[in-house]
Amino acid sequence: MEGCGEDGQVKLLGVAHSPFAVRVRIALALKGIHYEFIEEDIYNNKSELLLQSNPVHKKVPVLIHNGKPICESMIIVQYIEEAWGSKAPFLMPKDPYDRAIARFWAAFVDDKFTPSVWGVLMGEGEEQVKAVEESVANLLLLEEVLSGKAYFGGDEIGLVDIALGGVLIGVQMIQKVTHTVLIDTQKMPLLSAWAHKFCKANGMKEVLPDPAKLFELLSERRAKLTSPPAGN
Amino acid sequence: MEGCAQEGQVKLLGVEYSPFLLRVRIALSLKGIHYEFIEEDIQNKSELLLQTNPVHKKIPVLIQNGKPVCESMIIVQYIEEAWGNKAPNLMPKDPYDRAIARFWAAFIDDKVVPCLREVVTGQGEQQQKAVQELVANFLILEESVRTNPCFSGKLYFGGDEIGFVDIALGGLSAFVKALGKATNSVLIDEEKMPLLSAWMDRFCEADGVKEGMPDPAKVLEFISAMRVKFTSPPTAK
Repeated sequence: MEGCGEDGQVKLLGVAHSPFAVRVRIALALKGIHYEFIEEDIYNNKSELLLQSNPVHKKVPVLIHNGKPICESMIIVQYIEEAWGSKAPFLMPKDPYDRAIARFWAAFVDDKFTPSVWGVLMGEGEEQVKAVEESVANLLLLEEVLSGKAYFGGDEIGLVDIALGGVLIGVQMIQKVTHTVLIDTQKMPLLSAWAHKFCKANGMKEVLPDPAKLFELLSERRAKLTSPPAGN
Repeated sequence: MEGCAQEGQVKLLGVEYSPFLLRVRIALSLKGIHYEFIEEDIQNKSELLLQTNPVHKKIPVLIQNGKPVCESMIIVQYIEEAWGNKAPNLMPKDPYDRAIARFWAAFIDDKVVPCLREVVTGQGEQQQKAVQELVANFLILEESVRTNPCFSGKLYFGGDEIGFVDIALGGLSAFVKALGKATNSVLIDEEKMPLLSAWMDRFCEADGVKEGMPDPAKVLEFISAMRVKFTSPPTAK
């Protein structure tokens, strides 16, 4: 395998359609790093390897590089950037201030945006309306951040693009499942263009989740909400 | 002021006794960086705060040469990188060790901090449950100090010197101690968590940290005020 000696052995434990695994796969694809993907059955049967590699959270994704595990998707992405620091493209800016801003918005995607979108999928009535409002407000902030750039990272995909890109198909499918509009092409022309460009970027097609499959999974998730639980 | 040209103008917006503010102050102190501290009134946020952190409107905010950085551990990473040539180094050099440091700092932010909040604002059984969860999380940290090769046998999470994880957790220490007093509970039990206890004593006594440690009585007052704010019944609208 090309570059395998330099790369060492790389394994990725994850759930293929999960935004968190997708983020890591995007970073690995951009850097051209070869790895073995191990699909985990996290609901019913977590592997010994997962439990050993992430004993604290028992969650995926976990990247294992030469036997050493790294956990938490955005921490893994930063690790990939630093461990393959001389390999283009660069996922983080060089300037300390720009790096702080990138980390701020990546944290925003994780702490504010993703929960608000999940709230749209899992919310009902007024709760859902509130979640939609919150998601749209968060997206409008991101629209502003994008301003004149092709990507959040500038000319190339960077940390924030990866953070948001990982959940992008999920957001699009949640819109479909719940019949809501979150990424509004009129109110968010830059984000809409970004979404389009991101999905078409080199290597993205192979790692982004299959929209149809994700739609099914998310529909099932929502359906469980509204159907009465089996006898208590 | 020594090194002022390199540092430019550094301002720090915060609320005295906030553990998040303390994290940043520790990092600045360790690096020997001079700054102007601006006390914020959370009930009456300044124009400067609203302009520099429009997204969250929270403290702390570090402003260097007019450019704001928000979120305590992001600020600490920024301090480390912007003053990268100034010892001590707050982050390890090796990418794997850096990932481990970030993991545990995230654990503290995602697991320990929410528990602290719940203990402050909780009542009765809810508060008891939060205390139990907090202790469980401290036990996980104790275990990591005991077994993780990055930490085991070392003086600090950062090795020989205070590092990223030390600041993430250590910044909370005055708050944790006062919270224990306020709730009549032992949060970091010397018997159950000998390594973490020893670490906390060592951290609080370290040069660059001890000078900035807040008065425990004042922290207790701060927590009591927070409790009143969160637990008093809402006034009729």
